[in-house]
Amino acid sequence: MSKEWPLWEIFIRSQHGLAHKHVGSLHAPDAGMAVNNARDVYTRRNEGVSIWVVRASDITSSSPGDKAPLFDPSNSKIYRHPTFFPMPDDVKNL
Amino acid sequence: MPCFDDVVGEPGGGVSVYAQLVDTGAQRLRALEDLPPQEREFQQRIDAGTKIEPKDWMPEGYRKTLVRQISQHAHSEIVGQLPEANWVTRAPTLQRKAILLAKIQDEAGHGLYLYSAAETLGVSRDELLAALHAGKAKYSSIFNYPTLSWADMGAIGWLVDGSAIINQIPLCRCSYGPYARAMVRVCKEESFHARQGYDIMMALCKGSAEQRQMAQDALNRWWWPSLMMFGPSDRDSVNSAQSAQWRIKLFSNDELRQRMVDQTVPQAERLGLTIPDPALRWNEDTGHYEFGEIDWTEFHDVLKGNGPCNRERLRTRVQAYEDGAWFRDGLLAHAEKQAARRSLAA
Repeated sequence: MSKEWPLWEIFIRSQHGLAHKHVGSLHAPDAGMAVNNARDVYTRRNEGVSIWVVRASDITSSSPGDKAPLFDPSNSKIYRHPTFFPMPDDVKNL
Repeated sequence: MPCFDDVVGEPGGGVSVYAQLVDTGAQRLRALEDLPPQEREFQQRIDAGTKIEPKDWMPEGYRKTLVRQISQHAHSEIVGQLPEANWVTRAPTLQRKAILLAKIQDEAGHGLYLYSAAETLGVSRDELLAALHAGKAKYSSIFNYPTLSWADMGAIGWLVDGSAIINQIPLCRCSYGPYARAMVRVCKEESFHARQGYDIMMALCKGSAEQRQMAQDALNRWWWPSLMMFGPSDRDSVNSAQSAQWRIKLFSNDELRQRMVDQTVPQAERLGLTIPDPALRWNEDTGHYEFGEIDWTEFHDVLKGNGPCNRERLRTRVQAYEDGAWFRDGLLAHAEKQAARRSLAA
């Protein structure tokens, strides 16, 4: 068997001017072909106006085991949400 | 590398339509309290409706079953291009040809989404393709039937893609995140396929007597294989019960098949076509259509490799892959040369 093409993660900016969003992955020999393939696979119905491709092996991600140390501390800081502060009804524009 | 040659295992097992008779490795279904702690926690997550993601812990049986199910599904999308490719050069108009090409391109895309989902479970696409090409992996029985007339393009879109939609919509809610997300994309595109098929049937049924006969003939040939797509009854299957517990199968084969019959019969009537089943009748009490016995011998024969086109499909698939090897290798050699040049310049 020939060597496998590397895996690329594909990010598309939709028509609505939002941030690039992960849509899936594909195999391609290089970044240019990854963009071409992403166009064919992920934007056949006007789903996007811009494409990012990133080699899957270049992505560093948190692991499920780190979930508690990473995300639990924010649970106790409810004052970070505006709804923490009750406002009298007659105070406007806050 | 998971084992693929055990697909024709327990009769009536597994998930339907594009992945038929998927073995889960389960001997019996265990209650929550009988599971080891890690597996119990896993099952509780699924019961709570939390999606499982690639890096999460999962039982080996869950992972293997998903690899089998998703890869069979992917293979079906890819092989499913072949019966339609037969009519690209013979489509009746340029527009029909462009539409058919677009549909076939979608199928390739669906295959790609699904192979990607399978790859998140620790297998590579090339491994999965090698298993298909070696005849070790299965794909849906439906694609081993020949496409004899243009009306077959209509019947496939209407009946085969119609059945696929019925199967795939629930899978958008399955427990494995990457599979569920792939299904969402597939379902969005699949409704174009079903409609273009029905559109072909409508055009033929509004045409000459010969064209109507062509449409009826296509329905006659595709009706029973389409019902078989859902797989044999799985009421007593341990595999299906296990898949249901893992939420990678959300309805029984019989439930989905009934849904297909109920929605398709009125569509056939609207076309003025007759479903080739003398036992078909509306049951006022149940609110469902009753239909005749399915020839399961034929289904198992086709699945074992003895359908009308099994050998031809696999041969075409392998040839396409081998013919493309020089091109894939060339692109990779070019990429490596460019990368080497860049690192030299840097």
